[in-house]
Amino acid sequence: MWIEVPVAALLAVSGLFALASAIGLVRFKTFLQRLHPPALAFTCAAWCVTLASVLYFSALGHKLALHAWLIVIFMFMTVPVTATLLARTELFRKRTGGHGADVPLALSLASEAEFTSDARPAS
Amino acid sequence: MSPLLFGAIVFTLACYVLAMALALLRMVRGPSAQDRVLAMDLIYTIGMLVLLVLAIRYRSEMYFGAALLIALFGFVSSASMAKFLLRGEVIE
Repeated sequence: MWIEVPVAALLAVSGLFALASAIGLVRFKTFLQRLHPPALAFTCAAWCVTLASVLYFSALGHKLALHAWLIVIFMFMTVPVTATLLARTELFRKRTGGHGADVPLALSLASEAEFTSDARPAS
Repeated sequence: MSPLLFGAIVFTLACYVLAMALALLRMVRGPSAQDRVLAMDLIYTIGMLVLLVLAIRYRSEMYFGAALLIALFGFVSSASMAKFLLRGEVIE
């Protein structure tokens, strides 16, 4: 079946993307740098596998099989939430752990104002 | 299934296993707790991709539900761990 050629290419590219993101996760120096490489797996690798799956099952069943998109749409919504929470965790823990000089003060205070109950306006 | 697709699937799964091993290394070695949470999130996602590749390998659509569940649990666990590190409690 000729459709197997693009499917195989997409799968191989997705494997390489996942490997690159893991290598980046191991090799980068600080946490805020390490926050970036997993996004490669969350976007490029997941999209390649989903596209391969849609192509393959559409060709197999002779009709459009789009249910694999659900996973990518779900990750599209959830991955930024996790990344934002982890970045704010890093800022908060660095500041409360005595490494405040490494963290820009405005950024740190903005994340604290949103997440600590002391900073909320009294109602 | 042609030998080309079979070889591509084996190559992809080998890459995924290597990536999960590297993320596990970061999870064991990670200096801070948020490093470990990030590595766990990556391992969850790659495990979900493994299921999607196995769905192509065995031509079965049963794997999609499992992949969706793994994505859901990965998000819930990572978000709640990050929330715990940020506030000291998950549900207020």
